[in-house]
Amino acid sequence: MTGSEDRRRQMLDRIRSALDDGTPQHVREARVRERLGGASPHLVPERARGGAAEMRAIFTEHLAAQSATVVSVASAAEVPAAVAGYLRGNNLPMRLRLGGDARLSALPWSREPALTLERGAARADDEVALSHAASAVAETGTLILASGPDNPVTLNFLPDTHIVVVDAQSLKGHYEAALEAARQHMGATGLPRTLNFISGPSRSADIGGKPVLGAHGPRRLCVIIVG
Amino acid sequence: MDVTAHAFKENAARALSDSQLQRALAGLPGGLVAQRTAARAKLPEFEALRDIGRDIKNHTLAHLDLYLEAWEKKAREAGTIVHWAPTAAGAREIILGICREANARLVTKGKSMISEEVGLNAHLEAAGIEVVETDLGEYLVQIRKETPSHIIAPAIHLTQTQVEADFRRRHTHLPRDRVLVEAPQLVNEARLILREKFLAADVGITGANFLIAETGSSVIVTNEGNGDLTQSLAKVHIVVASIEKVIPTLADLAALIRLLPRSATGQEISTYVTLSTGPRRPGDPDGPEACHVVVLDNGRSALLDTPFREALRCIRCGACMNHCPVYGAVGGHAYGFVYPGPIGAVINPAIIGLKEAHHLPNASTFCGRCESVCPVKIPLPNLMREWRTKEFATGGGSLATRLGLGIWRFLARRPKLYHLTTRLGIAALSALGRRRGRFRWLPLAGGWTRHRDMPAPQARTFQQLWAEHRAGVPR
Repeated sequence: MTGSEDRRRQMLDRIRSALDDGTPQHVREARVRERLGGASPHLVPERARGGAAEMRAIFTEHLAAQSATVVSVASAAEVPAAVAGYLRGNNLPMRLRLGGDARLSALPWSREPALTLERGAARADDEVALSHAASAVAETGTLILASGPDNPVTLNFLPDTHIVVVDAQSLKGHYEAALEAARQHMGATGLPRTLNFISGPSRSADIGGKPVLGAHGPRRLCVIIVG
Repeated sequence: MDVTAHAFKENAARALSDSQLQRALAGLPGGLVAQRTAARAKLPEFEALRDIGRDIKNHTLAHLDLYLEAWEKKAREAGTIVHWAPTAAGAREIILGICREANARLVTKGKSMISEEVGLNAHLEAAGIEVVETDLGEYLVQIRKETPSHIIAPAIHLTQTQVEADFRRRHTHLPRDRVLVEAPQLVNEARLILREKFLAADVGITGANFLIAETGSSVIVTNEGNGDLTQSLAKVHIVVASIEKVIPTLADLAALIRLLPRSATGQEISTYVTLSTGPRRPGDPDGPEACHVVVLDNGRSALLDTPFREALRCIRCGACMNHCPVYGAVGGHAYGFVYPGPIGAVINPAIIGLKEAHHLPNASTFCGRCESVCPVKIPLPNLMREWRTKEFATGGGSLATRLGLGIWRFLARRPKLYHLTTRLGIAALSALGRRRGRFRWLPLAGGWTRHRDMPAPQARTFQQLWAEHRAGVPR
């Protein structure tokens, strides 16, 4: 390990000496501590600073423009019917993969007996996944998902269809607010393994510059807003 | 990779007569360029954000040692294994070592220009490891045994017809009579083939758009989701990132992701922005069991106390090349190294040496479009000029160029003599070219007149006209 420690020292020393303009090291350190300690937002776009109704409209509009389907329900109890309706409407299998999220587990699934629910990480042959978003951002129609046993990360990318439930109350205007919520939620343990910003189905324009949906990740993204 | 930057002129001449390439490049103005313009128009704060982007990067670079240490501390706390690679060879060895330790036979890769820069694929393949590029554009380039010709659209030099031919040549296990007429059919075929690779991979390697010091995270910004499948399905996730990728906080990330996708593809945001922090946590049902980040220098720290420090602000959006008339004419391969376009003309000489890359900073008309679209306001023409100055000062350039510049310098320092010489020269050229209004041939200007006529000048110089204007002489 001495070799690797030497390399580290060598790289940092080179950077430090190249940056040395006579500023005392403790002054530089204080600046960095200050920046890391009190991260204040830079310029937040005006479009991200409106009231709840306006933010919801912008969120929906962006997601739709980014080829996602948006469904609104008045209460969580209506989610199973919305899920079943979306799957039937798109002629998709009535079989869902989801994690252990308590908000999803508490839903009245028995009202939709045609639906089969399976728990755990995604498998290669899963066709539909269901997740609960940690929050969402209106300014660009973006869902924020936190990985873990509640919402395994593979659900976001492996199945062809991804359905994401998001509480209207967790919808923020801008990235800064959503990231601040994530930071507070995580507390001292830091961020989860992955924090995924998702703003539509997977796409690629690598063949002749034409956008095509479903490059590697989901071909379809359905967002169910609750409340 | 084979570096051919020294042969830029020959590469460019070949590119100009390559009709497939010209057809592919013709899509740029109506594609990425128009899309950026539209995205910029939709966000009134965009120009103000460019100043903020510049300031964030300037602040970080001025404290780069400290932010790297802060990032490393947080990354280690989350369980990431951090490696430091001063050179490309060092990075290759570290990554091969991790792959060997994991008994890796198959490695999937998300898009990473740093891995191109260090020549990673060839190194792993030489050690008997199968390496599969999973970004669609990178996959196309890999099966053609080419290199990316653009930093965000690696296969921008290819037409759909070429892709179809490549798939038929390469995917011989599929029915010959299958239909591959539309882009979605081609995308789907690649999807099915690469899916098996994702599921079977032992190690997944991605790049990083940013490293966040506040949280110890690495960030990728993508549209396909391949980088996410790469890092979530393999047992081991390796991130390759260069030193200047670090930024202080999540708030800085928020500002920079308002700039990056809009500048790159004209999207309000890319489909996926992923913050990865450490390996899977206890109780997590998926995600990698180990997470490594390799931090690469490879010539960058040597730029910190030079004017080229400004180039380290780059967030690799590709806007400078999309808007560059030279890139638009010759494409990316002509540049002969990983980074094409204006940013390549500025950073390639630092990585591969000015002797190898000296043509690149000269391959510019200094029109300034690159600087005007750069999301972090890198003064690209100025920095290209810095390289030209360095080249001249170290005795580079052809004898004719050096002689010409020497004469020009002699005159430019003697204004009276300069005005006299230009006045006489212009008057003579004007008289000689009056009949046709242009020259088909001029001594010492063969490089120009071989390709187009030189217009005959007006009879008087600008200085003369200006003097007359000030004296009130009617035109």
